Amino acid sequence: MAAASPTMVSRVAGDSDASPAHLLALLMRLGDDHLILGHRLSEWCGHAPMLEEDLALPNMALDLLGTARMCYDYAAEIEGGGKTEDDYAFLRDGTDFRHVLMVEQPNGDFAFTILRQFFFAAFMHPFWKAMTESTDVRLAAHAEKAEKELAYHVRHTGEWVIRLGDGTDESARRMNDALEALSPFVGEMFEQDSLTRALADAGILPDMDRIKSRFDHVVADTLRIATLPAFTPEFAHTGGREGRHTEYLGHLLAELQFMQRAYPGQRW
Amino acid sequence: MTETNKDMIPLWEVFIRPRTGLAHSHVGSIHAADEVMALQAARDVYTRRGEGVSIWVVPSASITASDPEQRDENFEPSTSKIYRHPSFYDIPDDVGHM
Repeated sequence: MAAASPTMVSRVAGDSDASPAHLLALLMRLGDDHLILGHRLSEWCGHAPMLEEDLALPNMALDLLGTARMCYDYAAEIEGGGKTEDDYAFLRDGTDFRHVLMVEQPNGDFAFTILRQFFFAAFMHPFWKAMTESTDVRLAAHAEKAEKELAYHVRHTGEWVIRLGDGTDESARRMNDALEALSPFVGEMFEQDSLTRALADAGILPDMDRIKSRFDHVVADTLRIATLPAFTPEFAHTGGREGRHTEYLGHLLAELQFMQRAYPGQRW
Repeated sequence: MTETNKDMIPLWEVFIRPRTGLAHSHVGSIHAADEVMALQAARDVYTRRGEGVSIWVVPSASITASDPEQRDENFEPSTSKIYRHPSFYDIPDDVGHM
């Protein structure tokens, strides 16, 4: 793999305006989205409302961490200088992280966690599906695996959204609260800027409008069956892609990074 | 989980067919509200290490089981009938291990 990446990188640079720096920036966004949400999900381990879900949530967390590792590994190869995946996960400060704000929000109740996971999966599933045709062979190869993982995440969380939304008075109230709380965080996933446009021009990233229409379709269908209000956000928080985060990230990183910060270089 | 919750969420028996083929085998049980969630719970609990390629779930209440109290009268009579095992034949050497 190490021998192959310089070729891949120069091909990217030669084909378009997208440079290794662009690819690196994309890998940080993708890797951080998956790492931080994977960490939030893993916080449920041992605390889920039932044993079955106590395994289902960490199962999904491990899928997300797998994708984060791929991103950081790839980034380390591009950057060189002996960097490893651990440098990105454990030794960066909050302002260096590039994930969307939704994934760092505290877990709240089960309804909030499930709905957030559903929104993320409903975006990432069509995203990875489209990425199987990316001109970046390494991302395209990973997309084959991630697409299957995310298909299950959509199914599992979607079924829960339906059952909680169309369940008891309490579960419906909690889903409604979660929908209201999460709505302003969804738009950031679809943000486009000079980076996404350069990468889309190079064929590395898919057309975001296509992903959005798949997302809208799946979300509308599921919320309708769940007898929840339609998803019509009027406002979207922003800043995560530039490293401007909410107060919750610092607390999350304190726990996530403690071991490597306190005992540098420690290994299992 | 409280007793009340247990009463509300039905129990399901889980059967998995291993990669090696063969029949679905009973692997354990899970709680789930309905058959869709039962399949997902079975997948999440019992196939985390590549155990299977197919899952069946059956409501535990649908299974009719033999009464442990009748264990002796059910099964004891067969233990003394060793002639029912096909172990009294001379197998020609050429057949090898069967």
